Amino acid sequence: MTVLVWAEHNGVALKDATLNAVTAAAQLGAVHVLVAGFGVDSVAAQAAQIAGVEKVLVADDAAYAHGLAENIAPLVVAVMADHDAFVATATTTGKNIAPRVAALLDVAQLSEILSVEGPKTFTRPIYAGNAIATVESSDAKLVITARGTAFAKAEATGGSAVIETVSGAGESGLSSFIGAELAKSERPELTSAKIIVSGGRALKDADTFAATILPLADKLGAAVGASRAAVDAGYVSNDYQVGQTGKIVAPEVYVAVGISGAIQHLAGMKDSKTIIAINKDEDAPIFQVADFGLVADLYTAVPELTGKL
Amino acid sequence: MKIVVPVKRVLDYNVKPRVKADGSGVDLANVKMSMNPFDEIAVEEAVRLKEQGTASEVVVVSVGPAKASETLRSALAMGADRAIHVVSEDEVEPLAVAKILKGVVVDETPDLVILGKQAIDDDSNQVGQMLAALLGRPQGTFASKVEMDGASVLVTREVDGGLETVRLALPAIVTTDLRLNEPRYASLPNIMKAKSKPLAAKAPADYGVDITPRLKVLQVKEPAQRSAGIKIADVDALIGKLKELGVA
Repeated sequence: MTVLVWAEHNGVALKDATLNAVTAAAQLGAVHVLVAGFGVDSVAAQAAQIAGVEKVLVADDAAYAHGLAENIAPLVVAVMADHDAFVATATTTGKNIAPRVAALLDVAQLSEILSVEGPKTFTRPIYAGNAIATVESSDAKLVITARGTAFAKAEATGGSAVIETVSGAGESGLSSFIGAELAKSERPELTSAKIIVSGGRALKDADTFAATILPLADKLGAAVGASRAAVDAGYVSNDYQVGQTGKIVAPEVYVAVGISGAIQHLAGMKDSKTIIAINKDEDAPIFQVADFGLVADLYTAVPELTGKL
Repeated sequence: MKIVVPVKRVLDYNVKPRVKADGSGVDLANVKMSMNPFDEIAVEEAVRLKEQGTASEVVVVSVGPAKASETLRSALAMGADRAIHVVSEDEVEPLAVAKILKGVVVDETPDLVILGKQAIDDDSNQVGQMLAALLGRPQGTFASKVEMDGASVLVTREVDGGLETVRLALPAIVTTDLRLNEPRYASLPNIMKAKSKPLAAKAPADYGVDITPRLKVLQVKEPAQRSAGIKIADVDALIGKLKELGVA
């Protein structure tokens, strides 16, 4: 089986999410990586270094610069003529493109797989991870999104794949990119951080969230996350959200501050290696999954913790 | 301008799912079912566009069992004008749902289709993108803002790095994220009024769609359970644990 992996990148550098997809794909067969973008020679060169990648296919066209699914999907479909499976990590980019590819190929997509059980058999979470389904595809080709935290990162170096050029139909004329407001942060990225400090509704407002959570995160060198309630209330922007429909994370240590632990939040973080919860309500559901729970008022406990670290 | 909004009947989001003992699926007998929360946001957005005078008609569609008509009545009570119920007692996979919805769109010729980004039961996150593909139309997924602008729509999308705005030529497909709006509660008079709004019953075969599953569910099981750990006494004890973990 030959598997086409979607390369996640920002136009300049490859993103780590690509490495998770390569690991998932390698369990199915030979791995080719598709780098679609504009002026992406450096990204292609990086992709060629990933251990286990046989071939890198580069589609360099202004139409592919912003990852618009309307332009990208026909390209992927064309390249899929010579491949048996398409694998993307379940990022917002992967989730946007893969189903469009699946429909054009007339294939049922397997979303957010957690493991490869056989050539066409996979496990995937349903009901916010409260159940795990083992599913087998009957389609000739596979279209898969893989949950990043379920697959280790492939080695970023050590490979020496050949680089080939491919081309697609280019501009569809259906959509155009207007702009982006991307969060700039010196802190580690949520989905790849070793430590995460997350805040919930109990943080009251944006200023309190910043004054309480950020110093602790900085002391620990941690990424900052938030519950849906905190994002909805405007304490932080959407890219901080951890949960069923936000980001799925699995750091070494997850510190939940003032988060009650709704199942939708737990779905996004319960695979963390160690969970620490600070909450003044000793009956909060978060304590049912926490390895270490501190029942305390966060407004005294967190500053004390930050001060003593 | 006409808007079509597909909705799905799912296990209520406050109910903890229970896996059936025989491993065949999640137990849906005698549990509270509701409209998928993302679909409520889609209905709300469409109704607001109608209230602003931008849209003239909101048509809601559901593919699902007989009881999905209750979900459609909820959408009508929120302010949709009429409903189409494509009845199937069998589970319909996202690809087949998208094919049925394509049939509905071909019949109804809406300018906009607004869907929830994912259903909270199978968590697939596929139908909107698939529908857009089958129709050869643009898609604005995970929308947190939708602004009509002449023959196009500007959609602000929640992406991993923050927000992104795209312009889509109409007709277009939009899928909703959590922060697009806060859905209203239907008032009692509107719930009563919804009972007399038109609801047409159809079958997948009316759209020439074969709903035979492509994916076979071999087993459904509970995830590995995390057990509750220990309560620690104070901040000093917590620092001790952080040191043991090698992070402090």
